[in-house]
Amino acid sequence: MEAFQFSQAKTVNSALEAGRSQTETRFVAGGTTLIDLMKLNVETPKRIVDINSLPLTQIEPTADGGLKIGAMVRNSDLAHDETVQQRYTVLSEALLSGASPQLRNMATTGGNLLQRTRCYYFRDTTYPCNKREPGSGCPALDGFNRIHGILGTSEHCIATHPSDMAVAMMALEAVVHIQGANGERSVPLNDFYLLPGSTPNRENVLAPGDLITYVTLPSLANGTRSHYLKLRDRASYEFALASAAVVVSLNGNRIQRVRIALGGVGTKPWRSMEAEHALEGREANENNFRAAAEAALKGAKPQHDNAFKVELAKRCLTRTLTNVTQAA
Amino acid sequence: MPRIRRILNQRDFLPSKRYFLPLIFLQEYDAPWPTPKASLRMWKSVFNSGLLEGATMAKIDKSITEIAEEEQPKPAETPDRFTRRFFLSQLGTASLAVTTAPLLHSAPVQEPEPVTEAIPGADVPGAVPMVLNINGKEHHIALEPRVTLLDALRENLQLPGTKKGCDHGQCGACTVHVNGRRVNSCLSFAIMHQGDKITTIEGLAQNGDLNPVQAAFLEHDGFQCGYCTSGQIMSAAALLKEPCGQDDAAVRECMSGNICRCGAYNNIVAAVQSARRGA
Repeated sequence: MEAFQFSQAKTVNSALEAGRSQTETRFVAGGTTLIDLMKLNVETPKRIVDINSLPLTQIEPTADGGLKIGAMVRNSDLAHDETVQQRYTVLSEALLSGASPQLRNMATTGGNLLQRTRCYYFRDTTYPCNKREPGSGCPALDGFNRIHGILGTSEHCIATHPSDMAVAMMALEAVVHIQGANGERSVPLNDFYLLPGSTPNRENVLAPGDLITYVTLPSLANGTRSHYLKLRDRASYEFALASAAVVVSLNGNRIQRVRIALGGVGTKPWRSMEAEHALEGREANENNFRAAAEAALKGAKPQHDNAFKVELAKRCLTRTLTNVTQAA
Repeated sequence: MPRIRRILNQRDFLPSKRYFLPLIFLQEYDAPWPTPKASLRMWKSVFNSGLLEGATMAKIDKSITEIAEEEQPKPAETPDRFTRRFFLSQLGTASLAVTTAPLLHSAPVQEPEPVTEAIPGADVPGAVPMVLNINGKEHHIALEPRVTLLDALRENLQLPGTKKGCDHGQCGACTVHVNGRRVNSCLSFAIMHQGDKITTIEGLAQNGDLNPVQAAFLEHDGFQCGYCTSGQIMSAAALLKEPCGQDDAAVRECMSGNICRCGAYNNIVAAVQSARRGA
């Protein structure tokens, strides 16, 4: 690991000041992505600003009945929060399905959104990688690409986004609140992430020195149910091959409102409005669920080693919809 | 090793049979009867191994002192200089008796480095002074910012009980407590933990008495090679204060951040459940 200068920020303003004034400066919160990648020399910041003392650790209700989650709230605290478990169940389930208890104690809300792909070639600097160095090539295209994406890919990059929390937050239509050189701004999560296109090095809309301060979740109507299902090779402690987050409210046996996001298959957490349109107003039965899943995966482009993900993701979404609508 | 553990923990075993243990060790390696000095080395390594219950440890401590006084060790030899790490570094051949011979004839311990700097490590370029609170004790040390908490514990603070398995947060062998919560010490810089209360496996036992989780792991034979064990125990100890379902499946999920190549999982789960019932 390369040496770096280290400083600690006690206030948001001093963190912004430190992030803005120097190049190649990174914030460190839990460190579970940054330090991992620094050991691999994938990330090589010259300066690190520790933001663990920032007062961004609250989970509190918003005026409109939603939830405001500080960027420094640890994943385990968020997952076990009573309001989250009862009203935003999909978020708790997604968090608890990810990583390990130790990692969940360290990882933060902001950091989880910013975690980086598990693509073997990205993580190994002996390989070229368009995400690390645009234009150098993508060895995954002709390489071993079982864990890579089938949605949102380009000829420059097919790496999947690995977060479970982000998929749940997509289905919950979360909004990311950012402070930076130009003041504060709020970005809906679906606009926060960028498709790789020809610039896979740019994964989100953050500018250097920007800091995520909190995430808000809109309120949900009474009786809204939500659920997260994660499918993977092992029973635990592994990233998804395919996952689905569903937030649904029923009117009798009819689907009144539904939001759907997929994980493990997209270059970003994959909100599927195609599946939502196929379901709204329809009866909640397995045929309709399957039709929605077909719509969600219609544009899927399988790679050499992950063609199974197309069917797996369809069944995952169908099963998630079945589970969440049958729950008492 | 279960045979040795059983023998060690019989309360009437010591001190009269104090030479017998090295014989058992050496029988495992097909070597001849130990000399008193070799016996002393073996006892010290067993003492440091953490395998033993409190009362037995007290007896061995007494026995080591008696042997040491008989042999009149050189002034440079002190019990805490003889670390497990040093002992293992001498194991270059198949038989322990052969490796103890060099110990008898040469200075068995390194001369301590003359301490010229005020804070340990201050002479390293780029080292930054910091204070780390570990197991209730404050350590004043200077380290580069890039030194992880795991490496600081093992390499700079003489606390090698925490193990490095993968160094990337994927195995849990490095699990320690920071302010009572379990974390992977390999994915955190030491400098980030000033002001935190850090607990390692060395800090679990109190006043020579094993922590109930440690005792449960012994009682249920919750380990084989022992390398994942300090991480497993630290994880289980923290788990007692976390929400976790009652059944074995829930324990497996709550302990899923600690992997074991020997496959001692069944006994680990039994140990954790036993500790939860007793806690």
